[in-house]
Amino acid sequence: MPDRTADGDLRNVARRDGGGFRRGGGGVSDARDGVPEEEADGEDVTPDGGGHASTAPSTHTVRLELADEPGQLLAALHPIADNGGNLLSIYHERGNKTPRGRIPVEVDFEATPERFEGIVEALRTEGVNVMQAGTERYAEEVTILLFGHLIDTDLSDSLSRIEACESASVADVSLAAPQGTEESSSARLRLEARAGETEAALAAVRELADEKKLRLVEPLTGVEA
Amino acid sequence: MRLAVVGAGAVGRSVVDLASEYGHEVVAVADSSSAVVADGKGDRDAGVDPDAVVARKTERGIVGDDDPADALAADYDALVEATPTTLGDAEPGFSHVRTALERDRHAVLANKGPVAERFGDLRSLLNDSDGEIRFEATVGGAIPAVSTVEDIEPGHVTAVRGVLNGTANFILTRMAAEGLDYDHVLAEAQDLGVAEADPSFDVDGTDAALKCVILANVLSFGAADDPADAREFTLDDADVSGIRDVPGSALRLAAEDGRTVRLIGEATGETVRVAPRLVPENGTLAVSGTQNIVQIETTHAGRLNISGRGAGGPETASAVLGDVGRLE
Repeated sequence: MPDRTADGDLRNVARRDGGGFRRGGGGVSDARDGVPEEEADGEDVTPDGGGHASTAPSTHTVRLELADEPGQLLAALHPIADNGGNLLSIYHERGNKTPRGRIPVEVDFEATPERFEGIVEALRTEGVNVMQAGTERYAEEVTILLFGHLIDTDLSDSLSRIEACESASVADVSLAAPQGTEESSSARLRLEARAGETEAALAAVRELADEKKLRLVEPLTGVEA
Repeated sequence: MRLAVVGAGAVGRSVVDLASEYGHEVVAVADSSSAVVADGKGDRDAGVDPDAVVARKTERGIVGDDDPADALAADYDALVEATPTTLGDAEPGFSHVRTALERDRHAVLANKGPVAERFGDLRSLLNDSDGEIRFEATVGGAIPAVSTVEDIEPGHVTAVRGVLNGTANFILTRMAAEGLDYDHVLAEAQDLGVAEADPSFDVDGTDAALKCVILANVLSFGAADDPADAREFTLDDADVSGIRDVPGSALRLAAEDGRTVRLIGEATGETVRVAPRLVPENGTLAVSGTQNIVQIETTHAGRLNISGRGAGGPETASAVLGDVGRLE
């Protein structure tokens, strides 16, 4: 992703993982990023690694949304442990709130593919809101352009509004305001949408653009191979 | 075939000029105020002299000393309607076509108005006529868009999309390539004769929308078992936005990401939409300059792309004369 400042008039803002839910540079995230890779390598050492892989335990990340009440975290961890998940790390982002005002929590655990499905199902049965499970959430990527009075109409509010749409998350923003903040400016947004929900995400952006009198340039989706 | 050419702009004049190369004969030519009708006498064949028509139009602003109504009443097999496109009632083009059909003659249109705004009325006229209408030249100039859709059969075409306005495409191409703003590039396009003094029709997406409306009518009526069930499209049914306010900075942001912006028109049997869209910079649809491209999605034949010149006198005349050939 070109998070570069190509021209003097370009200001790039990089956002990851749904804007507010940035993975802090804490030890938890380091551990998570490092350990699974080693373990995955270990699996491949087995002589017939290929056929073995489908039933081997692998690391999964689920992102949960919890009410800010005592006992919620523990209640959310039970379905994981009870269904054969081996907990690796928990990242409890108390400082952040999801668009619905809840606390985002990332949980890493090891499980076989079958058990992983059972765990997600158990979480949902228990009433825990699973925002992301494995790679399920952001299966589609879509790039759009917005132009007009982006800054006067509160760009950060615009981005939050897109985030609030359950179909998509803003992965990356590049802004160009060659005539200063008073004049018309342009932004390129990379959205990550849930599988099959790109159209819903675009509809939400269209509505926002309409309301703020911004112009939207949509991609021609599903056309170019 | 014997042709009467109504409209003496770039397209009409090119049809007059090239007709004999395609084995046809021009028996009458009219512009808005004058006409010339071959009298069948003299040492030439019955046709009018193309060079004399062009010379009179250039020098005196008229095509001949006859009345335009005489051209409509002349003894032709097919009327070529090449007057400027008008919206709403699509007059006077629509009446010219009606006159031909009521006389059981064919009509070949380069004028988008009647097929975009009054397709249903044309269908009614066709029911009572032995004449046919063809309108390949109304979509994509030299590109055989309509006949390709007809060959594939509209029922097997799910969508037609593409770049259908060379002026808008030229402006977007130059803005992206030179990092210039819209106003600057528009002035350049006007100097080059690529854009008209009033470029609204092109840059606001109206021209591309009319072409897509025509394609939507072809798809809708062509796919319907009973034409009475087909949906008729007019410009009012199109969702249109143009390129007038696209800033240079938006094109730069697109280029940074390997993309660019093109004014893309899309037609299905249900919708018509024209808007600036993000496309891959080196993708099929990112044609350069005044080029046009038509992309046809089919149920059994995959995707077809046809690119070429979307405007110009001889280019559009070749589409007109191709239609005349199909009527023989």
